[in-house]
Amino acid sequence: MQQKQRLSRSTAYFIPYMLWIVLFVIAPVLLLIYQSFFSINGQFTFANYQTYFSSSTYLMMTLNSVWYAFLITLATLLISYPTAYLLNETKHPQLWLLLIIMPTWINLLLKAYAFIGIFSQAGIANQFLSFIGIGPKQILFTNFSFIFVAAYIQIPFMVLPIYNSISELNTSYVNASRDLGATNWQTFSRVLFPLTLPGVRAGIQAVFIPSLSLFMLTRLIGGNKVITLGTAIEEHFLTTMNWGMGSTIGVVLIIAMVIIMWLTNGGKRRTRRGLK
Amino acid sequence: MTFRNFKWRNLYLWLVFIVLFPPIFFLVVYLFSQGTIMNNFHGFTWQHYQDLFADSRLIAIFLDTILIALLSSILATVIGTLGALGINSTTKPITRSTLLSLNNILMVSPDVIIGASFLIFFTALKIPLGFGSVLLSHIAFSIPIVVLMVLPKIQEMSSSLLDAAADLGANNWQLLSQIIVPYIMPGIFSGFFMALTYSLDDFAVTFFVTGNGFTTLSVEIYSRARQGINLEINALSGLMFLMALVLVIGYYFVNQYSSRHRRPKVRGRRK
Repeated sequence: MQQKQRLSRSTAYFIPYMLWIVLFVIAPVLLLIYQSFFSINGQFTFANYQTYFSSSTYLMMTLNSVWYAFLITLATLLISYPTAYLLNETKHPQLWLLLIIMPTWINLLLKAYAFIGIFSQAGIANQFLSFIGIGPKQILFTNFSFIFVAAYIQIPFMVLPIYNSISELNTSYVNASRDLGATNWQTFSRVLFPLTLPGVRAGIQAVFIPSLSLFMLTRLIGGNKVITLGTAIEEHFLTTMNWGMGSTIGVVLIIAMVIIMWLTNGGKRRTRRGLK
Repeated sequence: MTFRNFKWRNLYLWLVFIVLFPPIFFLVVYLFSQGTIMNNFHGFTWQHYQDLFADSRLIAIFLDTILIALLSSILATVIGTLGALGINSTTKPITRSTLLSLNNILMVSPDVIIGASFLIFFTALKIPLGFGSVLLSHIAFSIPIVVLMVLPKIQEMSSSLLDAAADLGANNWQLLSQIIVPYIMPGIFSGFFMALTYSLDDFAVTFFVTGNGFTTLSVEIYSRARQGINLEINALSGLMFLMALVLVIGYYFVNQYSSRHRRPKVRGRRK
């Protein structure tokens, strides 16, 4: 009786939220898919998909984008896993964790902007290189700087889920493996890593998907040399105004996202935004 | 893994921090540097702030950004909290999990997709791009995090509390305003602060739906940074940095408050 009464009440205040789901979650995605079947002149066509899958430029761009996202994810993972492990061993892990998360509270654009200053011709990085005798180099607008800054931005989103799964791990497993005569490497590869895999998966998910679509970094730091799917979408929507083609790439990006979610769907899902 | 290499591990952690922090110090230091380029520190000055405050267009953008952030997070908090209450009252597991997955779609989608699809959406509905469209999209992408922050609090609440209130003759409105909302207030506050950070932090979605006339700070920084270094941006970043700091401190105190009120629970959860 009581239960029923509560249910009937819920429908009234549930309306705005349901409206939000229909208008801002379902409708935009459907519209994006719908738009992808229209040419630049507004005619219904499959040409966008034909162009996409037959043009070597688009396919290379997609491959390139996935490759860079892979490199960024790999770099982030290689730095974050040991960091998360060592964080767990320190005396005040929560404090250190807070320090790791702190950079995410600063606007992405500001971080990119700081790196423009650091990597510029007369910036600190080049001053340091001159100081140790290598001499100034072109750092800004290279692939290296793009991967470096992207990894820099993503590290907290990788450290956090890995740290969570490491801290939940029962240390007696590691001790047991040690007692049974496993070497450090065996302990890591047979015990520690498999048990913390859910965290790694969540981290990869939180890093890989955004890395496919970081368009401001490719412009500000990568100097337009790296074109990611995100850059292409932005270009088609806001510069060439070819929304159909832009939506087609958007659909490809959504499919890529679904594939990654499906591949990494092992553990608890945490998203990059939710980690802040 | 053993205590033998204790120093090496500390060294590694320090190295990670040495890479993580300079860009932030760098920003803060150059806020006050004289000169027009970011290569050396040329002495302390407030000059860039004077320039900034003399620039009425920038001040207007700054105020717009804050207005958008406050309005969108308040509305998102209201809709999200009601949504979380609704999700909590669903009885079928399938409805519940469908709603939760729909809720999470905007959390996992790349910003570019959100921006592009909202742009199509607004154009299709003939909503003019500008303040309204930016506000609507900020509300839209802040709602899911509010739901995720409030829902655990609602689930924590025991139903006997509600039954007791109902038995004592509380009507629905009294139940909501005097029992439920006070109980889940910490969750609502965290949701509000997260929504605020999202809104202030957002660049990509705003960039897509902003149209010609209206700009927020992130978009302004982007368009100026594309032309190279400009120390007025540094002053601008100082302001944003300050906002972020205030938010973080606010969030911290809300968390402290809520953990103080549930200390036994936290202690119980630890091993």
